[in-house]
Amino acid sequence: MNKLTEKFSTFTRHLDEQEHEIALFTNDLRVRYGTKEALHGVSLQFERYKITALIGASGSGKSTYLRSLNRMNDTIADARVTGQIKYRNVDINSPAVDVYEVRKHIGMVFQRPNPFAKSIRENITFALERRGLHDRQKLAEIVETTLKQASLWDQVKDDLNKSALALSGGQQQRLCIARAIAMQPDILLMDEPASALDPISTANIENTMQELKKHYTIIIVTHSMQQAGRVSDYTAFFHLGQMIEYDETRKIFTRPKIQLTEDYISGHFG
Amino acid sequence: MNPKQADKLMTFVIYLMSSVIIVILMALLIYILVAGLPYVNWHFLTSAAKSFQSGGGIGAQLFNSLYLLVLSMLVSIPLSLGIAIYLSEYSQNIRVTTWISSAIEVLSSLPSIVVGLFGFLVFVVQFKLSFSILSGALTLTIFNLPLLVRSMEDALQTVSLSQREAGLALGLSRWETVVHVIIPECLPAIITGIILSAGRVFGEAAALIYTAGQSAPPLDFTNWNVLSLTSPLNPLRPAETLAVHIWKVNSEGLIPDASAVSSGASLVLVVVVLVFNVLARYLGNKLYKHMTGE
Amino acid sequence: MDPIAKNLKQRSLSAKIETKGRLITQLCTVLIVLLVLAIFGFIATKGLTLFFHDHGSLWSFFSGTTWSPDKVDSHRQPVIGALPMIVGSFTVTLLAVLVATPFAIAAAIFMTEISPQKGNKILQPVIELLVGIPSVVYGFIGLAVIVPFVQKIAGGSGFGILAGALVLFVMILPTITSMTVDALKAVPRYYREASLALGATRWQTIYKVTLRAGAPGIMTAVIFGMSRAFGEALAVQMVIGNAILMPSSLTSPSTTLTSVLTMNMGNTVMGTTSNDALWTLALLLLLMSLVFNIVIKYLAKRGALS
Repeated sequence: MNKLTEKFSTFTRHLDEQEHEIALFTNDLRVRYGTKEALHGVSLQFERYKITALIGASGSGKSTYLRSLNRMNDTIADARVTGQIKYRNVDINSPAVDVYEVRKHIGMVFQRPNPFAKSIRENITFALERRGLHDRQKLAEIVETTLKQASLWDQVKDDLNKSALALSGGQQQRLCIARAIAMQPDILLMDEPASALDPISTANIENTMQELKKHYTIIIVTHSMQQAGRVSDYTAFFHLGQMIEYDETRKIFTRPKIQLTEDYISGHFG
Repeated sequence: MNPKQADKLMTFVIYLMSSVIIVILMALLIYILVAGLPYVNWHFLTSAAKSFQSGGGIGAQLFNSLYLLVLSMLVSIPLSLGIAIYLSEYSQNIRVTTWISSAIEVLSSLPSIVVGLFGFLVFVVQFKLSFSILSGALTLTIFNLPLLVRSMEDALQTVSLSQREAGLALGLSRWETVVHVIIPECLPAIITGIILSAGRVFGEAAALIYTAGQSAPPLDFTNWNVLSLTSPLNPLRPAETLAVHIWKVNSEGLIPDASAVSSGASLVLVVVVLVFNVLARYLGNKLYKHMTGE
Repeated sequence: MDPIAKNLKQRSLSAKIETKGRLITQLCTVLIVLLVLAIFGFIATKGLTLFFHDHGSLWSFFSGTTWSPDKVDSHRQPVIGALPMIVGSFTVTLLAVLVATPFAIAAAIFMTEISPQKGNKILQPVIELLVGIPSVVYGFIGLAVIVPFVQKIAGGSGFGILAGALVLFVMILPTITSMTVDALKAVPRYYREASLALGATRWQTIYKVTLRAGAPGIMTAVIFGMSRAFGEALAVQMVIGNAILMPSSLTSPSTTLTSVLTMNMGNTVMGTTSNDALWTLALLLLLMSLVFNIVIKYLAKRGALS
């Protein structure tokens, strides 16, 4: 077992150095809540500037996996994450690694829009200011570019001082995306970002993602197979805490290699 | 008696008992108002108390009450905020949290005279602070802490988990998230809790008679030398508060107009508490509206 | 080396802020825990001195009816019969609660079941205001109104257990009522609907369903009121007469634990037997509030189970 994982990591590291294509990979990642193991050793890699979708029924461990990648599971009292998460040749799952620094490079957008109860502008500038950026002009620039990237600028440019809570659900979610990319992360994790939104807002977010992938590596958890089919380049199928199959999205959706994947895709369960 | 008759009878009984309560409570409030109003005037509110004659005011007592309130709040607000943050945000071990919460609950159920005696033992006797504003303020802090911690903890808990996740996911520490996101968001509830507890502190007497003392040396409001006994700001002078004054004039009966003085003082005390209550509600609502951008 | 990779392995500013912030909150919490322990430690030490140093007998403390701790009896033990104030404390508390509870329950039923609109408009604000009225004000009104009233109907001085209980009744009524309202509001709507749908009258529903489901909460409210009444010092002290005698009737001057403490702590010298005996009374108060606390805890647990 150990030899196998070693081989796998040398292989991927090799790949990383050669083609600079892998933004992040995990090696035998396990998550335990108390005594119950929720994720049974997942090894996956994510290509730079591509969108990878994690699909599977609820309870399949896809969200648990996603939340491990930026160490958000650290915040849950009895959660234990073991295994490797390699980012820039550093195992960021090691206790020696600074978790706050990790989250600066690996941003996250949540299932429900969760803007701060602050103005639209402050939502974006707040964390930057905490990290010592006080140049007003620079902050204004960042507000504009990120809101443009999140396709929200045109709708809010005159109301930047208005409370973010006054925005619609879809607008709030795009503000959350803008807030996340303002930190200039490498990787953007999205946990069912459109599940609380109406179809039009969902389409907007999906279009935004296509723009974003020019600059960011995106990993998205979704319960909607249509969404995975529309937006992603790669898809990983999770089932009962295991990663069953990973491939290019079109292959997963047309010729899955594993029966379980096919059953799920064709709607036989879940 | 059939069920329908019983229903009618009991409905009547409940109406009757509720009316009795309203009558008692309204009579109480009206009594306080009617008995006190004739005595409350500018002279009464500002002049010094007299020991053996009638015609004394409550100026020093009123000032002492406010000064004690401010001092004890200065200590108890940061302290209870720290405890509330620990319990609501940091403590991960459920057994430890339950244990600490129980300790705080026990503290809140202690009779205030017991808290006062503890303050007497520790601050007045051990720390040699004697009967002073400082002893009183520290004792009031003990008296106030559990309630304040509870209300702040409740306030912090009203902010949803997703706000904390939002802060953490941006690479902020939990502390920064709490201080800059969570607390501003529940500030209206925190302020409401603080003002309500201020009302309680303002009217407390039993915890103070053996800590802040039962005498009010005359104050010279032009004397700003903090170390002078007549300076209002001297924290080491004894300071009878308004509530203690009401108790004192009634149980000693040395002044002929004890009943007039206590009627007036009671009205002032109740009005201040009422103002605190209304203020808490009004400010809470207003801040909340301001923050949600309505 | 990759600068980002290097940063990942260093402690960030956030990490430092976090350590500091967490430490501050931990210190605050340790402080309050130490405070609670200190209160118990100090008062227990002072309170037990009477038995361990001054040779007081536990038996005579709880059964004796004469309180003069500066004197010694034929066994050369201090005369520390605390029964008068123990009886006084329990009698005023029980009487007050006994009268207040039916009224509180009636008012709570009125506010939650019969006329929530009127209840919210009239009763609720009045009760909330009264919860905040300082106890000395209750004491003063007791002195000005209740004592003369008792004197008129029962004769004597008017000071005594009856006056004390009446003052406490008015004082704890708002507290018990508002807690009972909370308890009844917590009973799910569909309980009542199911009962009414079965053809039960409103009173049957209230009596057999709502009150029963709310019973643990109501009990908690009552115990909470008892705990407040038992620990109240000044309001009672002002109207009870302060005579350390076994109460012969409801209108004879008597006393309570808190009243004795309030009256005498300033008149005794630290370290004397008289002073130590007062600390024993304080310890008894402390223990009683602990008992009330445990009962409330137990009721909460039972309520959560059902």
